[in-house]
Amino acid sequence: MLLKKRQRDDVEIEGSSMADIAFLLLIFFLVVTTIDVDTGIGLVLPPIPDDVEPPPIHERNMLRILVDAQGRVLLDDQPTSIPEVKDRVINFIDNPTNDPNLSESPQDAVVSIMTSRQTPYNVYIDMLDEVVGAYRELRNTASMDRFGIPYNALEDNSIQQEQIQALYPMQISIAEPDEG
Amino acid sequence: MSKFQKKSANTKESIPTSALPDIIFMLLIFFMVVTVLREVELLVQIEFAQAENIEKIEQKRLVSYIYIGPERLGGGELGDTRVQIDDALIDDMGAIRQIMYDKLMEEHRLIVSLRVDRDSEFGIVTDVQQELRHAGTLRINYSTLRQH
Repeated sequence: MLLKKRQRDDVEIEGSSMADIAFLLLIFFLVVTTIDVDTGIGLVLPPIPDDVEPPPIHERNMLRILVDAQGRVLLDDQPTSIPEVKDRVINFIDNPTNDPNLSESPQDAVVSIMTSRQTPYNVYIDMLDEVVGAYRELRNTASMDRFGIPYNALEDNSIQQEQIQALYPMQISIAEPDEG
Repeated sequence: MSKFQKKSANTKESIPTSALPDIIFMLLIFFMVVTVLREVELLVQIEFAQAENIEKIEQKRLVSYIYIGPERLGGGELGDTRVQIDDALIDDMGAIRQIMYDKLMEEHRLIVSLRVDRDSEFGIVTDVQQELRHAGTLRINYSTLRQH
């Protein structure tokens, strides 16, 4: 009796079809996989204002961008074409000539964006793209000057990155929508 | 003739395939890890806007999507601009607040990705943004493709 049992010990599970099963699963996952990365323009919305009045911002420190219903872009009430926006924003933030109408320092500069209900979305995105591009260029220049490497190459949450961010804080504010 | 036969008869030339399942399993596990199963069925038509200065969202599990675009009607026709969250179209804008607040309670670092059709008007996006502000989900991301 015992002997007989021992003899059956060398029975093996057939493992050759394992590869086929794995292949099948592999092909399934290959088909359903989409390795697309989400890309987009990040923004932080302003919180709903409390009863406390927010500290006033000097007029010179605020760049008001209005995108109207026809898709025209107005910077401080001056009509501007989309490709010009970037240079205007850079000039406003950095203010190399110490113009009394432009921001006191990059840390004080606030870009305020206003839209109307009929503003075309793609014009809004194009405009926002330019503004973000302006900040990116300023940060890049500062990073090259200080550390000799582009801003993108800085490690996330490193001291250098925080320095640059403190130098050029991205202060984009969405203006309160007006009724109607 | 006999010379050839002898050669092929005496040597065993098969490639060892015992490691094959392991290799396949490794590939399998890789794809299982990177796979994101298509999460929702889109009820609205969305054509992404394009931009140059975009950033990647690395942590996909933090992201919650809001779709805004013309509703897909039968037969390839498009209706009015609607808002879709998860699998449902939103009829009452005020409902967004509660939905997003609940999501924020589950994940405090929530990023709301707004996937908006490029031809929509900004008014509806403003409405959604106002609801997001009331819900306290302030980190948003306008989904755009890279401009070529």
